[in-house]
Amino acid sequence: MRLEARPSLSRTALVVAPFAAIAFTLGVTMLLVAWAGAPIGETYALMFDGGFGSRFAWSETLTRATPLMLTGLSAAVAFRARLWNIGAEGQLYAGALAAVAVGGLHGGTGFDLPPAVLFPAMLGAAVLAGALLLLIPTLLRTRLGVDEVVTTLLLNFIVLLFVSLMLDGPMKDPTALGWPQSVALRDDLQLDKLIPRTRVHTGIVYAIGLAMALAFVMRATTFGFEARAVGASARAAAFVGVPVARTMTIVALISGGLAGFAGAIEVAGRTGYVTLDMSPGYGYSGIVIAMLAGLNPVGVLVAAIFIAGVLVGADSMSRGVAVPTYIADVIVAVSLVSMLVATLFARYRLRWT
Amino acid sequence: MTGVDVVALFANADFWAAVLRIATPLIFGTLGALLCERAGVLNLGIEGIMVAGAFAGWLAVYQGASLWTGVFAAALAGATFGLLHAFLTVSLALSQHVAGLGITLFATSASYYAYRVIFPNVSSPPTIQPFAELSGIPIPVLASQTALTWAALLAVPVIGWILYRTPLGLALRMVGENPAAVEGQGIDVVRLRTGAVVAGSALMGVAGAFLTLSAFNAFYFNMVNGRGWICIALVVFAGWRPGKALAGALLFAFFDALQLRLQQQAGGIPYQLYLMAPYLLSIAALVIVARRATSPQALMRPWRKGER
Amino acid sequence: MNDRTPPALRLAGITKRFGDLVANDSISLTLAGGEVLALLGENGAGKSTLVSILFGHYVADAGTIEVFGKPLAPGDPAAALAAGIGMVHQHFTLADNLSVQDNIVLGTQPLWSLAADRAGPRARLLATAERFGLRVDPAARVGSLSVGERQRVEILKALYRDARILILDEPTSVLTPQEAAALFATLARLVAEGLSIVFISHKLTEVLRVSDRIAVLRAGKLVATLDSATADRTALAELMVGRSVRKPVAREHRRGETVCALTRVSVGDADGAGVLDDVSLAVRAGEIVGIAGVSGNGQEALAELLSGLRSATAGTVSVAGIPLPAEPGAWIAAGVARIPADRHAVGVVGDFAVWENAIAERYRKPFASAGLLRRSAARKYARALTDRFDVRGAGLDAPARALSGGNLQKLILGRALTGGFAQGDDFAPALIVASQPTWGLDVGAVAYVHQALLDASARGAAVLLISDDLDEILAVADRVAVIHAGRLTDARPAATWTRAAIGLAMAGTPSPAEAAG
Repeated sequence: MRLEARPSLSRTALVVAPFAAIAFTLGVTMLLVAWAGAPIGETYALMFDGGFGSRFAWSETLTRATPLMLTGLSAAVAFRARLWNIGAEGQLYAGALAAVAVGGLHGGTGFDLPPAVLFPAMLGAAVLAGALLLLIPTLLRTRLGVDEVVTTLLLNFIVLLFVSLMLDGPMKDPTALGWPQSVALRDDLQLDKLIPRTRVHTGIVYAIGLAMALAFVMRATTFGFEARAVGASARAAAFVGVPVARTMTIVALISGGLAGFAGAIEVAGRTGYVTLDMSPGYGYSGIVIAMLAGLNPVGVLVAAIFIAGVLVGADSMSRGVAVPTYIADVIVAVSLVSMLVATLFARYRLRWT
Repeated sequence: MTGVDVVALFANADFWAAVLRIATPLIFGTLGALLCERAGVLNLGIEGIMVAGAFAGWLAVYQGASLWTGVFAAALAGATFGLLHAFLTVSLALSQHVAGLGITLFATSASYYAYRVIFPNVSSPPTIQPFAELSGIPIPVLASQTALTWAALLAVPVIGWILYRTPLGLALRMVGENPAAVEGQGIDVVRLRTGAVVAGSALMGVAGAFLTLSAFNAFYFNMVNGRGWICIALVVFAGWRPGKALAGALLFAFFDALQLRLQQQAGGIPYQLYLMAPYLLSIAALVIVARRATSPQALMRPWRKGER
Repeated sequence: MNDRTPPALRLAGITKRFGDLVANDSISLTLAGGEVLALLGENGAGKSTLVSILFGHYVADAGTIEVFGKPLAPGDPAAALAAGIGMVHQHFTLADNLSVQDNIVLGTQPLWSLAADRAGPRARLLATAERFGLRVDPAARVGSLSVGERQRVEILKALYRDARILILDEPTSVLTPQEAAALFATLARLVAEGLSIVFISHKLTEVLRVSDRIAVLRAGKLVATLDSATADRTALAELMVGRSVRKPVAREHRRGETVCALTRVSVGDADGAGVLDDVSLAVRAGEIVGIAGVSGNGQEALAELLSGLRSATAGTVSVAGIPLPAEPGAWIAAGVARIPADRHAVGVVGDFAVWENAIAERYRKPFASAGLLRRSAARKYARALTDRFDVRGAGLDAPARALSGGNLQKLILGRALTGGFAQGDDFAPALIVASQPTWGLDVGAVAYVHQALLDASARGAAVLLISDDLDEILAVADRVAVIHAGRLTDARPAATWTRAAIGLAMAGTPSPAEAAG
């Protein structure tokens, strides 16, 4: 058995890839469910129901999908330029913290500004926090050649510790009875509900809008041209005059900013304050979502909803069947690997010798 | 803290014993990552493989096996995930970054899942009887170490010998520099690289086992806590050489042990800042060696046989 | 020779396909003991593929191989080595960071032995080197060796393993004429010791000089096998190409003002090592200046300097009298047409569509306004470009990777020579910097490129041609300079250089003034 290069990229294979990957994933996880001793059919049915089976399920899925769309976009724009940003988790928390710092500290009275000014300032602070956080590893790469995978990963741990530090001290909510959570955002700074009596908030509108904007930028602007060129072939890009380091830096600011924005949206739309466990790995899931979407901004929206449905469905399912919720993380991980393999078949054909 | 306190700290044998203990999983992990990278493959599955090794080793012992069988089980778990990583990155020549991350996510989530399936209702993690300190060694610091630490210290010269004094080691180093050269001398590149990755991953699994079978006596979630990534940084810091890997691991463990002690003694500084130290140090290590690092020339370059 | 002894090598019906391309079409050959067989053919004829199959890098789709009468297992370099086949690859298979001995000895000791023997192999290595007249230092790091020395290590690798059949793939492409002569002497010595040799080349003169028999390949097929002694040059050339190819026609043209001037330019490395050393050169409008030299002597730095990718650490670089910074954009705007040496990795973005690559040098101006790409204008230009420069094999939206080498080069040429204007007459480049422009191309594409350069210089462009191929330079250039170890000789009229003098300059022996005198 060997791989033979196809004469040209197979578009059909690229389109089929995510579905093949997901099908394979569900097959593999079927074995794990069986091992847990649970009835397979019922388990999957409960998962599907929990994620997509009712108005309530959909509302929960969309709520969960909102930050995932943003971290997915963050990963997609970075990976497209071959900037391996694995630090979205930390950037998300940094953004959340910055948002609360501007919009919640001292009850917001420290900044004596009307909400019309404070709201964008809050979001801007979050974007800035995420962007600056990714800027450091990126500069280390462009100036010193330090691989950004490890540095962004290590920064996640550092940021989380910093958040813990802030929650223990300066940003602690004194009314929270010793529970480590931050001061709450002022009510008038929080996002409105999009669908009444659900947790779906207007953050999802921001996410969809940003996805559209990103798709446009990538396809139709000179910056998009530069970013794609740098990711496809940095040497050829440099040859035609694309400012590689500068492009990479701007990509980093956008990617980090998107992840930071995700943190702000979560705080302003779902929780109202920062806690240490507000992100169950949204940053890492964003990477999987970006890969499933083929690094396509609009595809990210779809993939995010899928992954969110899996996560929400797994939570609901584990209440009815004795299957641990970690099955969702297994599904996400296996999806990543099988998507990677599936895209291989767009370039190569299998030949039996 | 006064100068006297500092001297007292360094003169205390317990401190240095702690340094060796902290260094042990780092030594195994860094050696494992080093083997993979010398052969040209970056193995970012290390974090997940350490989790899997920790879990597999502990589970085997919990089910009644001996401690060394547990270590073997951990190595086997590591080797299995290593085989998967090798298949993805060597046989299929997929992105080493993404495949590695996928392995980490998979190995971690699979381990946690398995733990919860086997122990659905435990509130505190079940314990086992870990490695005992080796008896009969009169030297103070080394007296309180367990057999696994000795194994780690022994592994360094052994790996060094294999790499630099055996034909297999030469082939391994060569395949990380120029796979075409290796194929031209009649050695199968895929088999060689796969072997290196499997062996390296087995060592990573043992690194995880040290946590559950020696350092602690149970399996906790978030136990590995970034040690795998620190090992990846240490490989670069060590210039891909086993001797320097040992030095790097010890140096790092020194600072880690230091921050633990300082945490207990000096008041006023939040403990989170101390906990940040290891990760900040790792980033600093990468920055320091950045310009000078000569990595294996074929590291991370995929190789496809018979491709035009 | 007894008729009953089997030939050293017998290939029967070897066929190999890569997708739709038939690289080898039912090729049958024999090689006798002690014979030198040349495989002659232009680039892309299938010579390298054939020997790669022989050595086990590829598996043939059909056909058999017998070595000294015994069948050879396909696709297994270890089997080929064991059967006595050794190969000197065109791109050396050496690990730069390891020593000469390590490179040669790899794979010769059992993989699972606990300790590698050092002294024994070292002695054997030196004895082999002595026997065949190839001097090497076993402890030297390969990365520090010159190209000629590295080739010696490649050859020694095969001889150390008792090769009885030695394959050399385009061995003289990286050598000076003198080094090539030394190689031929070595080959003669090997033959005297009983080895058989397969010598691959696209250079007629060499092949006639070195070989006993010549096998001509064309488009994957074996078209003829002849004895070298009786072979006719012109007949061979026609067999190689299969049709008459118009030789590039040089037109009379006036030399004009200096367009590109390098004055005492030095370029340093990151480590401070001198890559270009006190180089001075002037290229005038309407002339072609060729830079000859063995690869690795500073050509890359020179090309990068004149493409706006590197800056000089000393001296000035100017185009039309204006010093230009190390920004490709400035050079493009100044009317410099750049053709890079690595067309696949640097000339185009492989994943980008043909139309995107067509406008890649001018994606800001004029093919964008207010930050938005002007798609329809870009596509219109790309269409005109691909039509005018005969770029075939893929549509505007196909990835550039799908184009063949020749078509890729035409795309790059077209982009550089038209400057973003669909009507070619609106733009003429002031300076053309062409780096290894015909490497790996078939004869037709080579002629196209040369004609394009000649036409451009006739229209008044200054052309700088950097090439490892001495024949190319002597065929096309008006003046020739030789580069060695970062230093450049004076650029003298091509007619005043003898091959011997160029060879000496390439090797860095007596300064050009002395050599010319």
